[in-house]
Amino acid sequence: MSIEVRIPTILRTYTAGEKTVVGSGATLTELLDDLEARHGGLRDRLVDEKGLRRFVNVYLNDEDVRFLGGLETSVKDGDHVTVLPAVAGG
Amino acid sequence: MLQIQQSTYDEIVAHARRDHPDEACGVVAGPVGSDRPERLVPMLNAARSPTFYEFDSHDLLALYREMDDRDEEPVVIYHSHTATEAYPSTTDVALAMEPGAHYVLVSTRSADRADVRSFRIVDGNVSEEEVRVVPSLSDGEPVGSATASASALSDPQLSDEESHPR
Repeated sequence: MSIEVRIPTILRTYTAGEKTVVGSGATLTELLDDLEARHGGLRDRLVDEKGLRRFVNVYLNDEDVRFLGGLETSVKDGDHVTVLPAVAGG
Repeated sequence: MLQIQQSTYDEIVAHARRDHPDEACGVVAGPVGSDRPERLVPMLNAARSPTFYEFDSHDLLALYREMDDRDEEPVVIYHSHTATEAYPSTTDVALAMEPGAHYVLVSTRSADRADVRSFRIVDGNVSEEEVRVVPSLSDGEPVGSATASASALSDPQLSDEESHPR
């Protein structure tokens, strides 16, 4: 099982500078848990106790997971996950 | 220091004016590591708000994929403030996630004066930088500092203030 995850510049401190990491799992939550085992601290930047952080966008292939099943979205081998911080402000 | 082409600068200001009283936003992409803001990409403000901006989530993905394919990065991330000064708000600072970018703010609170300033926002720290507007990016020589360009567009009294970053 392998799912490719694109990491944004600001979070590459957790991936030793790597732009892309690989993980596995049946849902996004499992995938993030798997990544956390090798890239400690990454998960906290993406989720809080309420779920996916408001200003972090996670895409499964071409779709924002907020329009799918959020953290419970099913993922499978060969999927591509992209993490992008929102570009936002006041 | 931000060095930006006059035409790009003018387009950013025009975009801000067009979307007023809502905030306008966008990026100027450039080759990775070049610090050259070459390709203006105006974005929709999904929040359509006078006090908040956010790139639409699908547009954001499309933008980053396109920049990736072209070996580009967001050299400038710009947005407007429609009733306050061109200085990053607390929200701007909290949500700034591109430490390598020049955050350009345009204030449109005055109808006849373009107030454009540039900042680095890294780990919650804001530092203002000089804006140099040049006729073209290939020219090394600036047409003038922010002072000259601001006064050309607007009230000359403002330029003194703008040429001295706080």
